[in-house]
Amino acid sequence: MRNSNSSCMKSKKGWILVCGAAFALAAAVLSVCLGAVSLTLAQLWKALISGPDNTAAARILWYARLPRTAASLLAGAGLAVSGTVLQKVLANNLASPGIIGVNAGAGLAVAACCAFGTYAAWAVAGAAFAGAMAAAFLVVIVARKSRASRTTVVLGGVAVTACLNAVTETIITIVPDAALANVDFRVGGFSAVNQTRLLPAAILILAGIAVACTLTNELDVLSLGDDTARSLGLRVSRMRNGMLTLAALLAGASVSFAGILGFVGLIVPHMARRIVGNDSGRLIPFCALLGAGFVTACDLASRLIFAPYELPTGILMSFLGGPFFIWLLLRRKDKQP
Amino acid sequence: MISISELHASYEGAEIIHGISADFPEGKITVLMGPNGCGKSTTLRSLLRMVPETSGSMTLNGQELEALAPQALARRIAYLPQSRNVPDITVERLVIHGRFPYLSYPRRYRREDWEKVTQALEWVGLTELRKRKMENLSGGQRQKAYLAMALAQDTEVILMDEPTTFLDIRNQFEMLDRSRALADGGKTVVMILHDFEAILRYADHVILMKDGQILTAGSAEQVLRSEEVRQAFGVKPCFFESEDGLHCYVRPEQAP
Repeated sequence: MRNSNSSCMKSKKGWILVCGAAFALAAAVLSVCLGAVSLTLAQLWKALISGPDNTAAARILWYARLPRTAASLLAGAGLAVSGTVLQKVLANNLASPGIIGVNAGAGLAVAACCAFGTYAAWAVAGAAFAGAMAAAFLVVIVARKSRASRTTVVLGGVAVTACLNAVTETIITIVPDAALANVDFRVGGFSAVNQTRLLPAAILILAGIAVACTLTNELDVLSLGDDTARSLGLRVSRMRNGMLTLAALLAGASVSFAGILGFVGLIVPHMARRIVGNDSGRLIPFCALLGAGFVTACDLASRLIFAPYELPTGILMSFLGGPFFIWLLLRRKDKQP
Repeated sequence: MISISELHASYEGAEIIHGISADFPEGKITVLMGPNGCGKSTTLRSLLRMVPETSGSMTLNGQELEALAPQALARRIAYLPQSRNVPDITVERLVIHGRFPYLSYPRRYRREDWEKVTQALEWVGLTELRKRKMENLSGGQRQKAYLAMALAQDTEVILMDEPTTFLDIRNQFEMLDRSRALADGGKTVVMILHDFEAILRYADHVILMKDGQILTAGSAEQVLRSEEVRQAFGVKPCFFESEDGLHCYVRPEQAP
């Protein structure tokens, strides 16, 4: 009976992952084909095998659509997995990458970078990543000092975020040009993505997701509570700090090229959990696929709704994210009268 | 057998355990009893090296616990903490985590691990509920699921911190009967209990603690009849015989 149980579980798991992959793939293909200029599947195929030659279709594909689609897939996957890891590690359904200071840190670094008159894409991306990691590092230090208690991580994150945002606002008040320059970054979107900005972040995100996929049992044991996890031989503080760092890396890398995309790291883990349950072995890979597909679909919608004008993806996502968050709060209230 | 000798344990500089020495023999149920805050839980947690500041010696069959890596320790000693989460996972997923100390690369549970889960679930009588979510179980069933997890851990020693708290009277007996069976099977069972009648009925060896020290130790009857029990709790145990043995109930000590 056990064998049939576990093989049934395995096939179900495989089936769900195939659905997730199909969703991400469909979003990716549509994202590559549709836009201000639509490509047919035949044109797409021709442009793909011919490489970036001189036809308009090929140039659109290789220089605009492919980098953009890759970026939205990677950012979605990275932020969604980061959010899931954080929600598990902090045992808090409302945790998302913003909670460990990633957004505030990246925002401050980009504002500072622009205030010094450096607007080059690679510099902004580098600053965003460095800022995100520095802020998360601060939060992890606070966590270490408090033996990585969950509440302190969340409160530490809130405090660090508040301080960093205050500094950002000060910079913007003193150097108003910095605000104009980094508006794209603060809203989040993929219109300015190119390969040089994307490649280092892509490597980090893919490696980070791979690591997260191998640590799913550790994540589940960690969510049993500190005492039980310790009694099962897990080094709780070390693992929690490692997981926080992993989440910061994933989110920081995503933010570096996509800007601040609110709510992905919050919505997608919740959607995924409703579909596949809370077992990390399924949740993490499914979340990566769902996040990739979801952000790519949002990016596509943001290009198409007011075509030929483009809405920044971050705005559309917050339109969806806000109501979802409210629904989530109301639902929690229903559950706990 | 676990032996502790001259164990001192502190939290943030404040010493909770002041140099206690005791043995927890194998194949027996050893009960730690004493007023709240006397250091019973800290003693158990020290064995699991969950208390950062300890000194003294703790050995398991002659081997220093200090020398064991966390994973190796988890293969020798299982622990049911007093407060437990209700995780949003199925019973069998919870129980398979008992095999976590045995995980190696590629970080996936193997067939033997799932076999242990099936055995453990059968032993505690939860086979039918293995696919249920933990949050949909009663308190007694959850406790059994955690016990199954500790069994799947396949250790020589099981430490239980107030395993009967929050359980109805039927489930309390069931939990204690299962602990008895584990001890009879050769495991070293150490538990914290408060109920004098249960201690009298189930404990092979009792250690009475107060203020981080051991007041007395011995058989359940010896300890419960001792003057130290009145000292520690300010109560008067009363004993009576019936056809199934000695019983105990407790009265608050009257003012002189």
